[in-house]
Amino acid sequence: MLFGQAAEFDYAGTQACRELKKEGIEVVLVNSNPATIMTDKNMADKIYIEPLTKKTVEKILEMEKPDSILPNLGGQTGLNIAMELYEDGFLTSHNIRLLGTSPDGIKKAEDRQAFKDTMEEIGEPCIASKVVNTYEDAENFANEIGLPVIVRPAYTLGGTGGGICYTMEELEETAKSGLHLSRVHQVLIEKCISGWKEIEYEVMRDKNGSCITICNMENIDPVGVHTGDSIVVAPSQTLADKEYQMLRTSAIKIISALKIEGGCNVQFALNPNSFEYAVIEVNPRVSRSSALASKATGYPIAKVSAKIAIGYTLDEIKNEVTGKTYASFEPVLDYVIVKIPKWPFNKFLTASRQLGTQMKATGEVMAIAPSIEQSLMKAIRSLEENVDSLELPKLKGLTNEEIREDLKHVDNERIFVIAEALRRGINVDTIHDITTIDKFFINKIQRLVRIEKRLKEEELSKELLLTAKKMGYTDKVIARNNIIANFKMVDTCSAEFDAKTPYYYSSYDEDNEAVSKTDKKKVLVLGSGPIRIGQGIEFDYCSVHCVWALKEKGYETIIVNNNPETVSTDFDIADRLYFEPLTKEDVENIVETEKPYGAIVQFGGQTAIKLTKALTEMGVRILGTSERDMDRAEDRELFDEALEKCGIPRPKGETVFTVDEGIKVANELKYPVLIRPSYVLGGQGMAIAYDDNEVREFINEINKTTQEHPILVDKYMLGKELEVDAIFDGEDILIPGIMEHLERAGIHSGDSISVYPTQHINIENQKTIIEYTKKIAKELNVIGVLNIQFIINKGNVYIIEVNPRSSRTVPYISKVTNLPVIDIATHVILGEKLKDMPYGTGVYKQSDYVAVKMPIFSFEKIKNADTSLGPEMKSTGEVLGVSKVFSEAILKAFIASGVNIPYKGNVLITVRDKDKIEMLPIAQKLDNLGFHIFATSGTAAFLEENGVDAEVVQKIWEGENSIPDLIGSGKLSFIINTPTKGKHESRDGFKIRRLAVESKIPCFTALDTVEALYEALEKGTKEEDLLPIDIGTI
Amino acid sequence: MKGYLVLENGSVYEGERIGAEKDVICEVVFNTSMTGYLEIFTDPSYAGQGVVMTYPLIGNYGLTKEDAESKKPWVEAVFVHEIAEMESNFRSKMHILDFLQEYEVPGLQGINTRKLTKELRNAGTMKGKLTSSISDVDSIIKEIKEKTITNLVESVSSKESYTCGNGKTKIALFDFGAKQNIIQSLLKRDCEVTVFPWDTSYQKFLTGKFEGIVLSNGPGNPEDCEISIKNIKKLYEEAKIPILGICLGHQLMGLATGAKTYKLKYGHRGPNHPVKDLYSKRVCITSQNHGYAIDDKSINPNIAEISHININDGTVEGLKYIGKEIVTVQYHPEACPGPEDSSYLFDEFLKKVRAK
Repeated sequence: MLFGQAAEFDYAGTQACRELKKEGIEVVLVNSNPATIMTDKNMADKIYIEPLTKKTVEKILEMEKPDSILPNLGGQTGLNIAMELYEDGFLTSHNIRLLGTSPDGIKKAEDRQAFKDTMEEIGEPCIASKVVNTYEDAENFANEIGLPVIVRPAYTLGGTGGGICYTMEELEETAKSGLHLSRVHQVLIEKCISGWKEIEYEVMRDKNGSCITICNMENIDPVGVHTGDSIVVAPSQTLADKEYQMLRTSAIKIISALKIEGGCNVQFALNPNSFEYAVIEVNPRVSRSSALASKATGYPIAKVSAKIAIGYTLDEIKNEVTGKTYASFEPVLDYVIVKIPKWPFNKFLTASRQLGTQMKATGEVMAIAPSIEQSLMKAIRSLEENVDSLELPKLKGLTNEEIREDLKHVDNERIFVIAEALRRGINVDTIHDITTIDKFFINKIQRLVRIEKRLKEEELSKELLLTAKKMGYTDKVIARNNIIANFKMVDTCSAEFDAKTPYYYSSYDEDNEAVSKTDKKKVLVLGSGPIRIGQGIEFDYCSVHCVWALKEKGYETIIVNNNPETVSTDFDIADRLYFEPLTKEDVENIVETEKPYGAIVQFGGQTAIKLTKALTEMGVRILGTSERDMDRAEDRELFDEALEKCGIPRPKGETVFTVDEGIKVANELKYPVLIRPSYVLGGQGMAIAYDDNEVREFINEINKTTQEHPILVDKYMLGKELEVDAIFDGEDILIPGIMEHLERAGIHSGDSISVYPTQHINIENQKTIIEYTKKIAKELNVIGVLNIQFIINKGNVYIIEVNPRSSRTVPYISKVTNLPVIDIATHVILGEKLKDMPYGTGVYKQSDYVAVKMPIFSFEKIKNADTSLGPEMKSTGEVLGVSKVFSEAILKAFIASGVNIPYKGNVLITVRDKDKIEMLPIAQKLDNLGFHIFATSGTAAFLEENGVDAEVVQKIWEGENSIPDLIGSGKLSFIINTPTKGKHESRDGFKIRRLAVESKIPCFTALDTVEALYEALEKGTKEEDLLPIDIGTI
Repeated sequence: MKGYLVLENGSVYEGERIGAEKDVICEVVFNTSMTGYLEIFTDPSYAGQGVVMTYPLIGNYGLTKEDAESKKPWVEAVFVHEIAEMESNFRSKMHILDFLQEYEVPGLQGINTRKLTKELRNAGTMKGKLTSSISDVDSIIKEIKEKTITNLVESVSSKESYTCGNGKTKIALFDFGAKQNIIQSLLKRDCEVTVFPWDTSYQKFLTGKFEGIVLSNGPGNPEDCEISIKNIKKLYEEAKIPILGICLGHQLMGLATGAKTYKLKYGHRGPNHPVKDLYSKRVCITSQNHGYAIDDKSINPNIAEISHININDGTVEGLKYIGKEIVTVQYHPEACPGPEDSSYLFDEFLKKVRAK
């Protein structure tokens, strides 16, 4: 049995499942995330998309009776559950083995004290630290070793709840929240060694005790920034062989002491002024870093780990890259990797951008090049942040003093600030003194800045052009083009052996290795770049399935992507893999080399869609819906025309460019209005405005980045939101199913709870939806997939938007309807007709099961992010609940999303005035279920008047017995808080929501969500009563 | 200033000259290490060779002479993709370019090291000339072909014998171009090491009250070392004390006992060579630097058995001599550069020495 978890583990689980199945082993998979490839029907023998909780896993183990569990390939949650099952004797009594690493080894690596003891035993240095279970002990120890100290909670993913404390006040806050968040109520207080180098090693060990290191990595940001939030290079750059080998030997000693069988990650801090080092952490499992190491070297860590777990030794496993050598060797690189995290700060304007020991990134990009400069530049443009060099326009206006001050801030823009500082003549030493970043790296930025200056001042000679290219400058920056990139191969061995796997990166050295001899037609599939809010692994799912369908049809497939945490960047997915930024110029280089027959863009999210025009201009055939027709869905005027032609209504609206135009239109439409930029995914910059001031605020915010397209202002319509994914072949339509959003329009579809099949929609409306879908698909000449959002207002169906591309619901609807949507769409794109396929046309037969998709948020990780839901998407993942009964499906989804289901207890209700009436029936229902209600005086009086008991609690800063005290007391089961207008962080509501997040108390900001929770609770069903369902049987 | 590497097959690689401005003819080999450039450049086994570093960034952490494997660099030339403009490491005393200048080592940077490596891999190790002018490639090729590179061991070995350390175990080191860290590895383990030149008579080893003998690494074709082979044959026959052979020392013991050596197509030079211990079944990652190997078919099973093999190509990596306390390995347990995983060989050797 295997576990799955977040996106970065999809590649690991997928590799492991495929490998185990190849070995003839029956695989049972449990994962709550439906957007993953590993939860596909053919990946494992039994697939449970169920909550990753001990209770549910126990139930599945009893049903499936596996021989063993392989817990080290699915992230922290799976490992934790396996340990809990071991500790309480469940595994022993059911005769289930733990593969990979022994429970003892896991404990030694994961438990802070056991880890320290083990390191002491083998003579490996740790940082002065102490495990504490109470705040008092934390305080005492901090006094003993002196501030600053770092707080690290035990058993939490991504170091949730930790941080550096410079004052006793900070220590109190952080230690208390850390103790609360830790599964075992344990935190580590440790001496702060910020400024040391942070170095990681990926190590592998087999049952014979043979050990190898796959890769080492150096963080450009010294210790103090979570490695997931650091800019990382591989291999290490500033370590001499002596230090390199010292740490390598230590890593091997550690993995041997822990007797790990499989992959493991060891993090070190190294004093930059001596050989002194300390072991920071060991992860006895595949991790985010191992995904990076895997893609950086070409060494399939997860696959090899799985083989080791079932008994193979390293020298028995072939290195598939060379086909000659074996897994028991260490990759050597002849290029440099740069990884840059992708942060969600553009989604959370109020959030603190400061980086520390709490990881905030949602994803990452990786770049490969022969030099650090070029690799860094590639990574920067892969981020898709509208920046393609080290110049950040907003820094231009700052004074030298402000820039110098800015250097002190450890945040997501630091690298740009360093470049700006160098431009202003602040020297490398000064910058090093302020940032403690190694001079070696600052010098690399300086070299880039120097070229930037030459490009501005000098005549463009051939020498300068080539130098600029080799440093990663694009034509767009240089403003001229006559050098084309060549491609080199990632081969694990620095060309020592001939490599078989076509895994390429661009360089401006001569000699193009990406020469292919094939008679097959080549198709380019564009990936979706880094995982960010609004564009997650769902799109990687689509790209990978498209590749598989194309291969099956006999095409040669080429994938371009830059996200190391994906299945699509595994070298054995497409025939040819290009690890490159997804920009016009980078893709053009690939097109020059490959000369593909065509390209498919509709599966790669907005990243791929944005390149459609450029590809068309390069003369690449767009397979499926054309560029012109895609544009007709995005361009407001053309879209209105199309809808009118079809006779489909939509909420009234206009396009504007300026605030004044916006206010004028809003007043004509009458408030509230929905404001949003065109051509975005995930509702970026979208907001509902209730008055002129808000229109001004929102439009100004959107216009902070240059808009090539107008801003849309629409009448905001209240009503039920529905969503459809469909496939159209030019004649017929196939609709897998209609999905209903439980939250009303106004909350982004990606943040809504989504139900299939619909529960509250009448036949008449369903018919209209099908009719509209077909009409608009035909009008827009869609070939392939499309996604439509509808709203039902006063019994009438309106279209809100049409996306002639794959959506984030495709994996979900594919799984719950058992219809291979991407596979079918790919066949249609290649010219086949739906009527010749065995799936039928129209609406596909409705499933007997109800599936509820629920969003996952990471608010606790992003300080000062507003948690209230609205038209801009904020969720970072999703889980699924499946059952024959709606109430059970939704209960499962709530459990899977991590909500600690409250069957009784205390609820705090604070809602805006206009929600009071609507809140009343919910409060009554909760009252009936036996919940005790707290409310502020106004709300409490209103409830009492209407016969609901409520206890008064003082407003936020009203002294004794106020809301913060209540939240801090730990007595609350959950909070209902609907946001008042405005996003300002000084408001009470904002503070309540943040307090709730930090105290880990569920806080619902939409009444519809509470209604859904009520449906889950109403029947009193408990987790242990729920039957896990093998998704393959649906 | 532009410079060129011309290979004997006529291929030309262009780069920018670094280090000394002299022209040299050398055997061109590649090394895949990502760290340890100073250790490589100062390893006497590279005498007569120009080294291509496959890792594209060289000089990142500067250098300190305390990391050198001998008193000077022995490489004839260095070929790199890029030399770091600014070095950074707390121990660094010198930029790599200043070092190359000081010791008059010529080189090229900015050349396509990957393409060059692929060519050496596919065509095999070749000789080449580093030059500033390619106006007459044909005569350069002729010149390259005529050049013979011999007597390498003689040029790198110590001229006189000397003793280091004052540990309690007395070890004799047969120096064919020994790396400093072989001596250090012994000194660290409480030994006194007496170093003897390559042409020392075997009697010196037998009469000096030594408790163990180490045959060092060294450059070139082992068959060239006829005098050494004769003396090692005597040691094989008469020595009653344990012998450890490393790299060239391993090959010479093989030749002395009737085995044959042959030249590998492009050698093993790097930090990542997997070697399997056939007794423990464990695989160690080893540091390697050799162009020749012992032919497994030529080994007399009554004299020696294969103890270690290379996982990649199955070549002989270690021999255990039957009825003798002689162990030889093709790789470098002293590391520097490269993994320290096989340093246990020194412990095992000294355990035997001290058991006497």
